[in-house]
Amino acid sequence: MSLVIDLYLEFTLLAFVAFGGATALLPEMHRVVVENHHWLDDATFTHLYAIAQAAPGPNVLVVTLIGWKVAGLPGALAATLAMCLPMSIAIYLLYDRWERFAGQRWQRAIQLGVAPLAVGLIFSGAALIAQSVGLGWAASALVVLTVVINLRTKLHPLWLIALGAMLGLLELI
Amino acid sequence: MLPEVASDNLAKPDLKALFFGFSSVGLSGFGGVLPFARRMLVEERCWMTAEEFNAQLGLCQFLPGPNVVNLAVLVGKRQCGLAGAVVAPLGLLGGPILIVLILGWLYDLYGNLPLAQSMLRGIAAVGCGLLFAMAWRMGMAIKERWVFLPFTILVVTAIAWLRWPMPLVMLAGLVLSGGVAFWRLGRR
Repeated sequence: MSLVIDLYLEFTLLAFVAFGGATALLPEMHRVVVENHHWLDDATFTHLYAIAQAAPGPNVLVVTLIGWKVAGLPGALAATLAMCLPMSIAIYLLYDRWERFAGQRWQRAIQLGVAPLAVGLIFSGAALIAQSVGLGWAASALVVLTVVINLRTKLHPLWLIALGAMLGLLELI
Repeated sequence: MLPEVASDNLAKPDLKALFFGFSSVGLSGFGGVLPFARRMLVEERCWMTAEEFNAQLGLCQFLPGPNVVNLAVLVGKRQCGLAGAVVAPLGLLGGPILIVLILGWLYDLYGNLPLAQSMLRGIAAVGCGLLFAMAWRMGMAIKERWVFLPFTILVVTAIAWLRWPMPLVMLAGLVLSGGVAFWRLGRR
């Protein structure tokens, strides 16, 4: 039970810094779950990320999977709730006042200031996953191919995910 | 107050409509469900105008956390008060959570198989590429890049290399980067 509480507290803290969405949290989730608490190992963390990517729905659900693997169903629900509740409450309370401070210089400054930080977080997350997957020639080529196709075309990412899954099944990655 | 739902052609959902509307959104995308949310809210069910959507999205993007979940809470509250604020995100996440738990259970059963692991590694490689692409797109969308991208480099150094705790890095980053942004806004 204390594990579930720890999970809940850790993810609540993460909820307050999730600028850039849940994706930006990857490095910190890894640091907390794998490096600090040793609740999961590196490989499992990467696998769970992959499952969350392939599954429908917002990518925030990677926390559901982490919670599941660490502490079963209570863990899954606790992690998800912890991640979503703080800002849900904040938004519920703030929406009336948003018009008052939207467009104010300090509000715009925060929004502008957050953007490069979020880019850094997402880049760090990508680097983390790259390191976990192991950069053999096939994996590296797949990463580069994905970047190019995703930036240059409108091909739905699901096709790329299917390709990745297939190459993995063929044991090329 | 955010602009009231006043235009003639707009519908007003009840709790059931909120739940099922957001359910369709949650299950329609793989990662990036926000465009589907916009389509459902503005075009399909006509619960709000495009301007209202943008205004509400602004607050959701300003706050940390998953944008689309924040949006569901916001839309739910505006349409049906507290009950709506609970029902809408439940609709959004309920189905995907169920699916993800089933996948988690399958992973418990078969995740040790080498074939399963290499398949997941393949998917993770694609996921990695998608993240790099996303970082690139977001980076290119920043105005005055020469001012702000140094903060990106600092964050990557602190988080990916030095492994400093994120809350501290974000706090320092917000103060510094936000401070610079505040200054730049004054000069425009």
